[in-house]
Amino acid sequence: MSKSVVEMPPKGGFSFDLCKRNEMLSKKGVNPPSFRKTGTTIVGLIFQDGVILGADTRATEGPIVCDKNCEKIHYMAPNIYCCGAGTAADTEAVTDMVSSQLQLHRYHTGRESRVVTALTLLKRHLFNYQGYVSAALVLGGVDVTGPHLHTIYPHGSTDTLPFATMGSGSLAAMAVFESKYREGLTRDEGIALVTEAICSGIFNDLGSGSNVDVCVITKAGKEYLRNHLQPNPRTYTSSKGYSFPKKTEVLLTKITPLKEKVEIIEGGDAMEE
Amino acid sequence: MDLNMNLNAPHSMGTTIIGVTYNGGVVLGADSRTSTGMYVANRASDKITQLTENVYVCRSGSAADSQIVSDYVRYFLHQHTIQLGQPATVKVAANLIRLLSYNNKNMLETGLIVGGWDKYEGGKIYGIPLGGTLIEQPFAIGGSGSSYLYGFFDQAWKEGMTKDEAEQLVVKAVSLAIARDGASGGVVRTVIINSEGVTRNFYPGDKLPLWHEELEPQNSLLDILNSSSPEPMNI
Repeated sequence: MSKSVVEMPPKGGFSFDLCKRNEMLSKKGVNPPSFRKTGTTIVGLIFQDGVILGADTRATEGPIVCDKNCEKIHYMAPNIYCCGAGTAADTEAVTDMVSSQLQLHRYHTGRESRVVTALTLLKRHLFNYQGYVSAALVLGGVDVTGPHLHTIYPHGSTDTLPFATMGSGSLAAMAVFESKYREGLTRDEGIALVTEAICSGIFNDLGSGSNVDVCVITKAGKEYLRNHLQPNPRTYTSSKGYSFPKKTEVLLTKITPLKEKVEIIEGGDAMEE
Repeated sequence: MDLNMNLNAPHSMGTTIIGVTYNGGVVLGADSRTSTGMYVANRASDKITQLTENVYVCRSGSAADSQIVSDYVRYFLHQHTIQLGQPATVKVAANLIRLLSYNNKNMLETGLIVGGWDKYEGGKIYGIPLGGTLIEQPFAIGGSGSSYLYGFFDQAWKEGMTKDEAEQLVVKAVSLAIARDGASGGVVRTVIINSEGVTRNFYPGDKLPLWHEELEPQNSLLDILNSSSPEPMNI
């Protein structure tokens, strides 16, 4: 078959022109905008009667801190919570999706969710996306079989540990855990150790910062300690506070009624069968 | 110094895994190190995974891939055991792993060693390396640490060893590999499977034999921890 001289428009399929353009641009140093990533310190440990999770509250976009007090400990089920590191959108989406699947599963079975169920749903999803859903998670909870703590990596591998750290600050936090963790910590000792590990991330890792969130899960229930510690308070707050006494002023009021656009034509052709 | 530790690298188990047959059963052995780039993500992982009551598998390569394969095979074998009304054979387990590894060879990066005992063939070891081929072997070694062990096994492995001889061989081999392979480390775990059932053993890293140029621990963190001080780092 001879090739037509006239360039015909393609009949269908994908066009990869823009991929080539983007490749050329990034070679020349024009990089596309990046996702909001949470350079993060997240940790978890098992104590006397349950699990304690901890997280810092800094969200970054490249070198810029874009949220100084975000929430990284996500709800999965009443007895299960999950810390997220990686791309903020992905951790949020994947935990929301799995928590709704768990809720439906609870309606179906009428039983409390198990941590392994959440773990399996998360790892299946992440494995399916071959690491492109960049969510690194610390999953903790207490169920009928006792307290559980797991780490989940973006490629879908999982670990079961008595103490775990994740995110860019994981090395700093792990140093604290490795030197001070022991079995059978009390609640207060556990919270203190988690807080110290997160602080180690906040102060030694550039990607982590601001405040410490803690979540304690026991058989009796959960306690979410939002901003448990604020080691970086604002130093420049106005003592008088800010107020805006003058309300928004109304400068002009004008109502434009919508015009009737529909025209009805009488006596058109009847519909044929 | 190049400190590019690459924490975003996929989790892989630079590993030493071993399976050995003896008269009456099999011994499986593995180290416990899981790493991402240069960071040890888990120093006490369990790479010897249960598939059925009488079949276990040693995993190496990508952690995510080997976990998903063993999860599927455990599920299939569970169904198979119910349908059959008796325990699955080691051969069936190995064949299922081969099937998944071969059919998805472009996606997967795993090397597995299956070992177990069944009433038809006794203790059996099967190796399923990267491409998804299935090899029945009297002993099998795998993972990055195995390159240091081929010569040792050619010399030390004997037909018809006792259970204790076989386990000692496995522990010695894994500790030798840990000593020379940077990607292997931590503790040594073994699983012994025979007609009696399954025994799991654990050898802590500080109780392993010392090899060439290795030193006795001095003022180690383990001694400090054992002195039961509440603040071990303050000494």
